[in-house]
Amino acid sequence: MTTRMVGAPVPRVEDERFVTGRGRYLDDVGRDALHAAVLRSPHAHARIRSIDVDAVLDCDGVHAVWTYDDLDGPMAEPLPLLIPHPDLTHGRTQHPLARDQVNYVGEAVALVVADDRYLAEDALASIVVDYEPLPPVVGVAAARAAEHLVHDDVPGNLAARGEQSNGDVAAALESAPHRLSLDLEIERSASMPLEGRGVVARFDPDNGRLQVWSSTQTSTGLRAALAAKLGLDLLAVDVITPDVGGGFGVKINHPWPEEVLVALAAMRLGRPVKFVEDRREHFIASAHERGQLHHVEVGFDDDGRVLGLDVRFWHDNGAYTPYGLIVPIITSTQLLGPYKPGAYHVVFDSLYTNTVIVTPYRGAGRPQGCFVMERTMDAIAAALGKDRTEVRAVNLIQPDEFPFDHGLVFQDGRELEYDSGDYPALLAKIKELVGWDEFETFRAEMAAEGRRVGLGLACYVEGTGVGPYEGAHVHVETSGKVKVATGLTTQGQGHQTAFAQIVADALGVPFEDVEVTTGDTRRMAYAVGTFASRAAVMSGSAIHLAALRAREKALRIAADALEASVDDLEIVDGVVQVRGTPGASIDLGTVAVLSNPLRYAFDEASKAATQFSVGDPGKPPVAEDDEPGLEGKDFYSPQRSTFAAGMHAVIVETDPDTAEISILKYAVVHDCGRLVNPLIVEGQIHGGVAQGVGGALYERMAYDDAGQLLNASFMDFLMPFVTEVPGSIDIDHLETLSPLNPLGIKGAGEAGVIPGSAAIAAAIEDAEGIPITAMPISPSQLFELRAARLEEER
Amino acid sequence: MGEATPEIRHEIRLRVNGVEHELAVPARRLLSDALRHDLGLTGTHVGCEHGVCGSCTVLADGRPVRSCLMLAVSAVGLELTTVEGLAAPDGTLSPVQQAFRECHGLQCGFCTPGFLTTITAGLEANPTPSEDEARDMVAGNLCRCTGYQNIVASVLRAAELGAEEAGR
Repeated sequence: MTTRMVGAPVPRVEDERFVTGRGRYLDDVGRDALHAAVLRSPHAHARIRSIDVDAVLDCDGVHAVWTYDDLDGPMAEPLPLLIPHPDLTHGRTQHPLARDQVNYVGEAVALVVADDRYLAEDALASIVVDYEPLPPVVGVAAARAAEHLVHDDVPGNLAARGEQSNGDVAAALESAPHRLSLDLEIERSASMPLEGRGVVARFDPDNGRLQVWSSTQTSTGLRAALAAKLGLDLLAVDVITPDVGGGFGVKINHPWPEEVLVALAAMRLGRPVKFVEDRREHFIASAHERGQLHHVEVGFDDDGRVLGLDVRFWHDNGAYTPYGLIVPIITSTQLLGPYKPGAYHVVFDSLYTNTVIVTPYRGAGRPQGCFVMERTMDAIAAALGKDRTEVRAVNLIQPDEFPFDHGLVFQDGRELEYDSGDYPALLAKIKELVGWDEFETFRAEMAAEGRRVGLGLACYVEGTGVGPYEGAHVHVETSGKVKVATGLTTQGQGHQTAFAQIVADALGVPFEDVEVTTGDTRRMAYAVGTFASRAAVMSGSAIHLAALRAREKALRIAADALEASVDDLEIVDGVVQVRGTPGASIDLGTVAVLSNPLRYAFDEASKAATQFSVGDPGKPPVAEDDEPGLEGKDFYSPQRSTFAAGMHAVIVETDPDTAEISILKYAVVHDCGRLVNPLIVEGQIHGGVAQGVGGALYERMAYDDAGQLLNASFMDFLMPFVTEVPGSIDIDHLETLSPLNPLGIKGAGEAGVIPGSAAIAAAIEDAEGIPITAMPISPSQLFELRAARLEEER
Repeated sequence: MGEATPEIRHEIRLRVNGVEHELAVPARRLLSDALRHDLGLTGTHVGCEHGVCGSCTVLADGRPVRSCLMLAVSAVGLELTTVEGLAAPDGTLSPVQQAFRECHGLQCGFCTPGFLTTITAGLEANPTPSEDEARDMVAGNLCRCTGYQNIVASVLRAAELGAEEAGR
């Protein structure tokens, strides 16, 4: 047999082009395009009295300048509300260009198209907008107070209130032997890919086609939105996703104002048009996430078993809700992690503020939920004087309890039912990996040197691989090369490698012969997108199934050609052969030739497939239930999500004088089901951990009371450099297969970031003996907490 | 449209990856834009345009510079090397490029050209870095995907490959 590729740490096929500068990112296509630039609101909240664009006419190289008044039809309507939900009673979305009012600094007000970006920005500077500033609503407290409203017709700034429960939480709290309440906060951060958003559009009037390239996480979603907005047939629009320089969630939102505007400009001007945002625009005009306040009431028994858990939280959704309630719904459900509280009740308010919109950022509400649950577990342990792992152990769902139904509805509208897992095994592994039982010895040694250390732990479960579906097309060329397409997009996850591994195994071909295309609607028109750690589960499964279909067809044709039974055939290294009969074989390229009965020959290989060469004259050349070509196509649509899990443990050192926080050890145990490529999975964990560290110690969106983002640059928003991340990350895997898909995959993209803030907060608390209830935390904030404690003790 | 005054353009010669290019650019045109959009060398990426992320790093007379902080007209007379110029003429990857592949030192690949050029210069100055020195070498570049673990490993591996190459 050929060596199995799934599970092997295969080096990536993408890398050759990336390390030689031959990647094709958004700004690398459309060299002949005109450039668009956007005038953005300098006010967080203001009415637009008038816009004067006359001076633009005197600017060099300008082709168009538009405001809201230049839009009509569906383009003059608000952008789509992508994920409607019954609880989202007051959903609001922005217009492609602001109409009458702006609701955040950065909101698009006018568009200029010019010969290049420099000239377009010159022209922007000559537009005069008369604003009437309105009082801004910044932060959850102001939104709740509702002294001012973001949208006049949204009372209380309340976009939505969500509520779910399982069991009688009031009774459970009432009868619990112990009770605690906690207030917990996570601040805003953002995905912050190194490549920002960008779009190129080209309209060909000769064939009436619109072709759009976008740095997006969903080419099919964008295609449908563009067709609707521009009044085109879906089949007249192609969306192509080139190489994408990172996404982490922000690029799943669509269509951005610039995407529809640039497409419209290409159609109106008859020229290709490009928009590439700069870094400041990415900060103030894309999307943020994470900002939430939480209040917890928990009741527990003497062992720390949670009898009742009541959570109330407030989600800052920014100025508009194009992505619906996904983030707070995920927090409200995934908060439960690997635990099974006796009763659970949760209520959230999703609130408008005059700040940048919120859409999922890697983890998507889970880091907040994990922070809330894990801080609660630590508080229970502290209250009972118990080891923190013991409290967790008594609350874990046990391996024989799967599938485990939480009695709640998940983000996909399906039951929150965990498919499989072994949480006690994960807990044992993380204790071993971080040296949990030896830590007190280490702490004493360090204390003897005058050094202060702390140990923290956090556990999570991550619903991955949400539906509705993905599809795949596997095509065997007459050369024997295999061309694979799946519709979801790639932002650095190595799909071309991982998916080729799956095809190599399923079809029996050399890995090197497989070429994978993602995110191109010309190759696969039905797809959903890349988010929720779903690509390996969804497209991986679809590709596996499609490859098996191609294999089945290849065996059928080869059986005829070799006059053998299908049951006696195998495919090894791209050759169909009769088991145990050397020489009785036919390569897949020839099978592909035979699969397509030809009238005309065009080369040596195709001569073999013409009607005078092959076929039974007594039968139709293509059987009634068959079709020409050696291909396989299939879709994967699971009933519900898979659930990956993991635990992180971290040892920090805090400087007794400066309150500087350093990470001495970071340990990860992780169960994402079947590992397709361990190299890629570990890379995903590394990157996630770094983002978790960033979210815990460095990254925050510093809005002032006027709604100005004060740190909208890489100089001021502290994204970790190599100097801010742990020198090494210890990783151990568990592979509990998912019963829901053919390969048992669960997905790994987001996991690394989820428990970061929870684990690091726990470690700082352990080092300092001060409750850590808000993240991120800076050295100066820790310093202030120390000062406050001293004040209390006096 | 109205009476607009076109920008003054300057005729300059830029030497990039050993090849001389003639171009006419406005004085304000960034070197990064000239490389990418005028010369079509799109391997150099722009991540922040304010000199922090390092994605646009190219070598000028062998020293790493942020091409987003330099005007094209001020790069006249410099020997510029971009990521496209790192491999041997026959396409053989340089030790740094090879090491990034081997060690999974990249994911989305957007920041990668800046790391490759920076490390190329770094290893030229210090061919046998310790792990701490390897971290220092890449401490001025941002990556949002890898958590830097495999980038540091790539620096050390590139040093090994470089030593093997030198020993041959």
